Amino acid sequence: MSKIIKYVIADILRNRIVIIYTLFLLASSLTVFSLEDNNSKGLLSLLNIILIVVPLVSIIFSTIYVYNSAEFIELLVSQPLKRKSIWLSIFTGLAASLSLAFLIGAGLPILIYQPSTIGITMLLSGIILSVIFVAIALLATVRTRDKAKGIGVAIMLWLYFSLLFDGFVLFLLFQFSDYPLEKAMIGISALNPIDLARILILLQLDVSAMMGYTGAVFKDFFGTCPGLLFSCVILLLWVGLPLWTSTRKFKSKDL
Amino acid sequence: MIRIENISKQFGKLTALHNISTSCDKGECIALIGPNGSGKTTLIKSILGMVIPDSGKILFNGLDISGNWQYREEIGYMPQIGRYPDNMNIGQVLDMMKDIRNNNRALDEDLIRGFSIDKLLNKRMRTLSGGTIQKVSAALAFLFNPKVLILDEPTAGLDPVASELFKEKIVAEKEKGKLILITSHILSDLDDLVSRIIYMQDGKLIFHKSIEQLRKDTGEERLVRSIAQVMAENYE
Repeated sequence: MSKIIKYVIADILRNRIVIIYTLFLLASSLTVFSLEDNNSKGLLSLLNIILIVVPLVSIIFSTIYVYNSAEFIELLVSQPLKRKSIWLSIFTGLAASLSLAFLIGAGLPILIYQPSTIGITMLLSGIILSVIFVAIALLATVRTRDKAKGIGVAIMLWLYFSLLFDGFVLFLLFQFSDYPLEKAMIGISALNPIDLARILILLQLDVSAMMGYTGAVFKDFFGTCPGLLFSCVILLLWVGLPLWTSTRKFKSKDL
Repeated sequence: MIRIENISKQFGKLTALHNISTSCDKGECIALIGPNGSGKTTLIKSILGMVIPDSGKILFNGLDISGNWQYREEIGYMPQIGRYPDNMNIGQVLDMMKDIRNNNRALDEDLIRGFSIDKLLNKRMRTLSGGTIQKVSAALAFLFNPKVLILDEPTAGLDPVASELFKEKIVAEKEKGKLILITSHILSDLDDLVSRIIYMQDGKLIFHKSIEQLRKDTGEERLVRSIAQVMAENYE
């Protein structure tokens, strides 16, 4: 399996998009940190870039990569290799190179300017978001044979997780504003890994004091050890479930 | 060596394979013949585990191949349209395959030398002509000395010299007691190679018999003419 991972990573590095992505992250995080005199403010601006860009690049790049490697996958499947290890190697290769890109592009500046709990939380959230969206992309590609349709599905999924879901939550909040929804919000936030990551990071920042009663409930829950554990488990489930489903699907796919 | 038991495969509304059963033994050179879209490639891909049949099973040396992968060590496969990663050059593809198969058997580099692929190692796969890609596919199929060779339209894009060389190689491997499965539309190429014929049409196996039997049944000496006669009978 490690052999296939090696070839996948070599292949990804050869097409340079990941390097451009790294440079983009590096440029934007350095700019953000040097523009703001307060590092904590810089972190907040960086948060928004990360929550939008990381999922977008991870899901689109992975989707296109898998479609473009159709030949490579076909070649591997006709060889004495387990289908499961082929698929997991592709996942590992993509997840490793995108996480590495994030680590260098955004992680280094964060560690230089803000080597605190907040910085580390942000770093880990960025990495787990990269991995989650690779897993979701693999699920989208294994279910749709047509390339254009598959990329469309990937873009829709990204739109859903970064924009539509928030709209939906706002709608819910306004409609049921007479009811105590604070506790339910914790459950709902588990349905979107981007939201979960945002909450985890915001709670570490001082601004969480401005989030009102919901913020207080969040702080009460996610600030504690079980709450933190809960969110880690949910984030890992966001990797595990799509990956498990796509592996099962890939095992019985006709090539 | 390979036993196929009642396999069927449906692609949407199209029945690609319809309840096919047959068996192939070593030392045979079997031609899979049939009109376009008769299910030849689907049958081959089922044997390789690339297409998973809806029902029925395939046994390789007595073992069911479903969910199994080790048996592919024994198979060399040359696809109809060889497709390789665009960014790699020939040398890298060869090294990668050697690395992945990593068995301790002696490598058979006859075709790499015969087709002078060793002089093109730095060429990117993207820049190769169809014929050169065919040569690479052929060389890869034979490289690991497999016991079974599955060749899908092997001579379609090869020049006459390469084609002759390739046929000699197939005969030599057959003499060593290997099982060879070939599909081809160039029947004149098959005449002096094959020992048995499987004829397929619309996903059904029409017959599987030895070439002598076919000659006797149709009363024709040349394979081209006997198959033409069979095809005309089944054509609608």
